[in-house]
Amino acid sequence: MTTDLALFIGLALIAVVSAVSMLASRDAVYSALFLVLNFLTVATFYLLLHAAFIAMVQITVYAGAIMVLFLFVIMLLGTEREDIGGSIRWQLPVAILLAVGLAAELVIGLFRSAEGVTGQLPAVPDSFGSPASVGRLLFSEYLVPFEVISILLLVAMVGTIVLTFKKREGSR
Amino acid sequence: MNVPASYLVALSGVLFVLGVLGVLIRRNAIVIFMSVELMLNSANLALIAFARAMGPAVEALRGHVLVFFVIAVAAAEVAVGLALIVAIFRTKESIDIDVVNTLRG
Repeated sequence: MTTDLALFIGLALIAVVSAVSMLASRDAVYSALFLVLNFLTVATFYLLLHAAFIAMVQITVYAGAIMVLFLFVIMLLGTEREDIGGSIRWQLPVAILLAVGLAAELVIGLFRSAEGVTGQLPAVPDSFGSPASVGRLLFSEYLVPFEVISILLLVAMVGTIVLTFKKREGSR
Repeated sequence: MNVPASYLVALSGVLFVLGVLGVLIRRNAIVIFMSVELMLNSANLALIAFARAMGPAVEALRGHVLVFFVIAVAAAEVAVGLALIVAIFRTKESIDIDVVNTLRG
């Protein structure tokens, strides 16, 4: 077994185990922290795949901003505990059955379509995926979508304020 | 790291299935929402793996740009989604999705 394969297996194990723990833990705060671990592992994968810029975006936006938002809402609402035992008894077996079916479909699809990507990865220059190279593409070819994203974030911000706005007594 | 990209796509598939499972079995709306994030993240991992497999071509970097946009849209989605969860909590006093059954016939 090569070092690369051992590295992959180790990181993949951390990613899968943290995802399973996220699903299994009863406390939503633990779930959120396991998800942060999962995001950090995926960010490590990005770094190892010559995607340095995306790895940093992943850490700052996903593991940083988004998960802090999640933790804030969990603690704000104080609903981290979930009462065990659902009202639908057949929910868990059916869910597992559906998930296994989806996994089987993915495996079949992967084996049919993965012929082009089963070989070793091609060599790439060090600048591949660096902030400079991605930024050059982002600000030339994808400038309009980039600007549209800013409008989208603004709309999301306004929507969030509208949704959580409390009407005062007496006002319209 | 030089492993075949199909390994990474397989890992991405496993994470996606775990996300689907989370949406199906959990009843806490916030944990369901986190599972959706897990699914988005697994799709990003597949995109980065494919971009790496395409090699040094400039076209391969478009995968990175797409992942960047996915992350930006996910940030907007999380903000609105959590606001919706807070709004649901205000009316129902709970975020258990079994309580949100007003449309039930």
